[in-house]
Order: sequence, then C-alpha cells, then structure tokens
Amino acid sequence: MPEDIVSADTQQKQGDAGSSEPVVVVEGVSITFDVKPVLQDISFTVQRGETRIILGPAGGGKSVLMKLVNGLMRPDTGTIRVFGEDVTRMKEKDLFMLRARIGMVFQESALFDSLSVEDNVAYRLHEDRVPEEEAHQRVVEALQFVELEHTIAKFPPELSGGMRRRVSIARAIIAKPDLILYDSPTGGLDPITSTTIVDLVVKQRDVTNTTSLVITHRLQDAYLLARSRFNTETGKVEPIPNDGINDTTKFLVLNEGKVVFDGSTQELVHTTDPWLREYLS
Amino acid sequence: MPFASPENFAKQTVASIQGYSTLSWRAITNLFSRPRYWADVYTQMDSIGVGSMPIVVLTGFFTGCVLALQSATSLQAFGSVSLTGNLVALSMVKELGPVLTGLMVSGRNASGMASEIGSMKVTEQIDAMRALGTDPVRKLVTPRLYATVFMLFFLTILSDTFGIAGGALVSVALLGLNGSTYFHNSYRALQYGDVVQGLTKPLFSGFIIATVGCYFGMNTKGGTQGVGKSTTQAVVVSSVFIIIVDLLVTRAMIGIFGR
Repeated sequence: MPEDIVSADTQQKQGDAGSSEPVVVVEGVSITFDVKPVLQDISFTVQRGETRIILGPAGGGKSVLMKLVNGLMRPDTGTIRVFGEDVTRMKEKDLFMLRARIGMVFQESALFDSLSVEDNVAYRLHEDRVPEEEAHQRVVEALQFVELEHTIAKFPPELSGGMRRRVSIARAIIAKPDLILYDSPTGGLDPITSTTIVDLVVKQRDVTNTTSLVITHRLQDAYLLARSRFNTETGKVEPIPNDGINDTTKFLVLNEGKVVFDGSTQELVHTTDPWLREYLS
Repeated sequence: MPFASPENFAKQTVASIQGYSTLSWRAITNLFSRPRYWADVYTQMDSIGVGSMPIVVLTGFFTGCVLALQSATSLQAFGSVSLTGNLVALSMVKELGPVLTGLMVSGRNASGMASEIGSMKVTEQIDAMRALGTDPVRKLVTPRLYATVFMLFFLTILSDTFGIAGGALVSVALLGLNGSTYFHNSYRALQYGDVVQGLTKPLFSGFIIATVGCYFGMNTKGGTQGVGKSTTQAVVVSSVFIIIVDLLVTRAMIGIFGR
C-alpha cells in the first residue's frame, strides 16, 4: 500500500503530538539583500500538525522565508526555532542532523540531474546507509504515493515539470519527516497538474498529520488545500462536505516582505484589510 | 558595468580570500572525519586522471619533440648537440612537465568543476543537498581535491616520460643522434633534487585546480550566464596561480637543493 510509507511511523508521531510546543516559531526576522529589505520583522508560529499556507504576490520573500526556516540562510535579525532549536545560531554540522527531520520540496524541484529517479528519491536513505533492498522497497512505496512508480529508472531531464515536482515530493517524504516545507510546489505548472500536486499535499497532510509549510501565490491552490480532504476509503481527494474547511490549515499572507495576515481560512475570507480584499478578489 | 567603490572592492576581495581559505581548509580536513565519500573520490580519479591522459600524453610528447628541435639549433653552435638529452630531460622533469600538465588539467578540469558545481548551484541542487542533510563541501569538493592532487602527480610522471620519449624520437630520427646516448645523457643529467622539484609542483597545482574550480562553482550566481562566467574565471585564476606558485616552489627548491 502506498499509504504504508506515511503511516508506518504513526506511533512516533502520536508520541510527538503529545508535546504542545510549536514546531516552528519565527520571531522578528528581517533580512536584507544588498540594500533591499526582503523580509521585515516577520513573526509567526506553526503548531504541531498544522498546515500553514504562505500566500502572497511573487517577489514577496516567501521562498527566502522557507530557506530561513530550514537554516539554508541566516537572517540579519530575529530568531527561528524549529523543534525547539534555534536554527539561526546552530552550526551547519548540527543543522544537518536537524534537517533529517525536515523534508523540503524546492520551487524548481532541484532533483540531481546525474542521478536516476530511484537514486534521487533514495538519496537520504543511501546517506543513512540503509540496506539496498530496503531502500528500493521504500523508494517504490514513495513513488507509488505520488503515482510515479513507472519512472523509477528514468532520469530527471526525461520527466515533465509536474512529474519532477512529484518525484521531489517523494524524495521529501521518504524519510518520514516531522516537518515538510513545500516551496511553490505548483509554481509554473498548468492548472490540472497543479491540482494533482495539491491533492498530494492534502493526502500527505490527512494521512500523516505532518506539520507543513506550503508556499503558493495561486489563491485557487490555497483554497483547494483548505477545502479538501483525503478520503481513506475511496483513496481520493474530495471537497469537505457542506463547504467545510480543514481546521489545521492556516494562512500567512506576505506582501513586500511584511506579514499582512496571520490566521485561519475563515478570518482570511472575512478580512477587512483593503489590500488583502483586493488581492483575494 | 558600474565601477565598484574602493571600499566595496576591498571588502569583496577580503571576503573572497576568506571564502576561498575556509572552503580549502574544510575540503582538506573533511577527510579526517566521517562520512567519507570514497566512491566519489574514485569516480573523480577516473574522470580527472584517466580522462586527462590523452591531452597530457599528447602535450608532453610534442613538447619534448619541439624542445629537442629548438635546443639542438642552439647547442649546434657550441658543438654540443649530443647534450640534447640533458636539456630535454631537465626541462621536462623540472619545469615543462609539471607546469604544462597543470595548465592542461586546469583547462579541462577546473572548468569542468566550476561548470558542474555552478550548474548545481543555480538550479538549487546544492541547497537540496544541504536540505537532505549532506555537506556539499564534503560530498563535492573534498573528493575532487584529493583525486586531483593524487592523479596530477602521476599525470606529471606520464608527461615527463612521453616528453623525454618525444625528444628521443626527434633526436634519433631528425638529428641523427644515438638513442642510447640520448637516454644515457638524460639519465645522468637528472639528480635527486630535480625529480623532487618536478614532483612537488603537481601537488600544489592539483590543490589549486580543485579548490579554485570548486570555489568558483560554489559561488556561482546569475543563471547560465553566471555558470559561463565562473567557468572562465576558474580557468584564468587557476592557470595564473599555477604559474605564480611554480615560481615560488622553484625558488624554494633551489634554496633547498641548490639547483
């Protein structure tokens, strides 16, 4: 079963869920490139099991924020705590260990061109010296989850943009991370492929309750995420009945490097902020 | 292109030296702690060493040929054409073998490293590697550094050998010298210090090629244009460094061995 990949460590996640400490805490983060401020005094919190959609126009600093959370960049000011550890002050060596608990899907997939799909997805398992047979089995399961098991022997340049994005998701989830960062997983894709990707994010969210940050600048993708659920009986993603909204999905809206909204889907829909209303319309 | 202010230029230069030094130090010391990527080291040895053999052999051989022809013209004036073997052997082993091999390998591999790592940088593959818990310096730079230093040593020996052989071919076929005399003179001309000098240089050249190539690759910015720029800079800087360091090593070796 493809779901095995995401349900095998349910026990551990349930244990983690007992902790009330937020998974991500961003406090007063600012960063400037050359003379241009990219993020200014950003603060927000992501609770365990929460899916936080980071929304905003292109060039608003969303991807930079994602890289800051994963410790790939350091802010000029402010602190970022992930699983209680301050990633802004950690040594790179310690960050590598922390990142074992974090999966990341990059904007342009960032698959290793010279490696096959199997080696790309199994990259972290190979690093952890997982036996080859077990690694292969887990790769197959991860690829089944994204419905791309037939591409296992292909190389990234042979895949379409949407397929590369799905392989990237398989690579991010194979190590069963406690936090998944999706950097514009639907960026540059056609609407049908975007929906397929959003469905995978919903499926991952509902099957494992993994905490995640999802960047998007497409409103329809954000609403689809908030209003859909994965039906374990049919194995399909469907709208939540009676116009329902997923409680664990929240929004953070960025504009020109500043937080203009931080709250639930309902609060976002009923906002009175003029810029936000115009952006949403 | 706008001119950078002297202050910014100084800051950028200091930052570059700092970045290069840090990268080099990490690349060296990574071998003394786990994880070690031996498979990548062997892959790079094959790519850098075996892959560079044809150009090194051809360059060495024809340099030896030309050296024999050119020196014979000058030696003829003193009636010492028979010393062609001495001159070719000394020139190849002490200077031309190490430097030309370094420059050829630099042209082939410093550019290759800069473009390969640079492409990975601009397509976020380096960030992806870090996000997957792998140190890119340990995975990409350290194997290239040790593979280049190790293989350049043997490539230089190969270049010296083919250079002397090329000189022999010209001396026998065109200058009418006795082959046995040529090799005997070549052997007699070389002393311990000359060989040490010739085989010390590739260690420095290998270090320069790998660290400079990887440094420019890891600091690539600006898409495909940036990759092209990094590649060019890597070849230019490593070639110039090789020649400068050659001078310094030569001076140091003369100080140590007296020749």
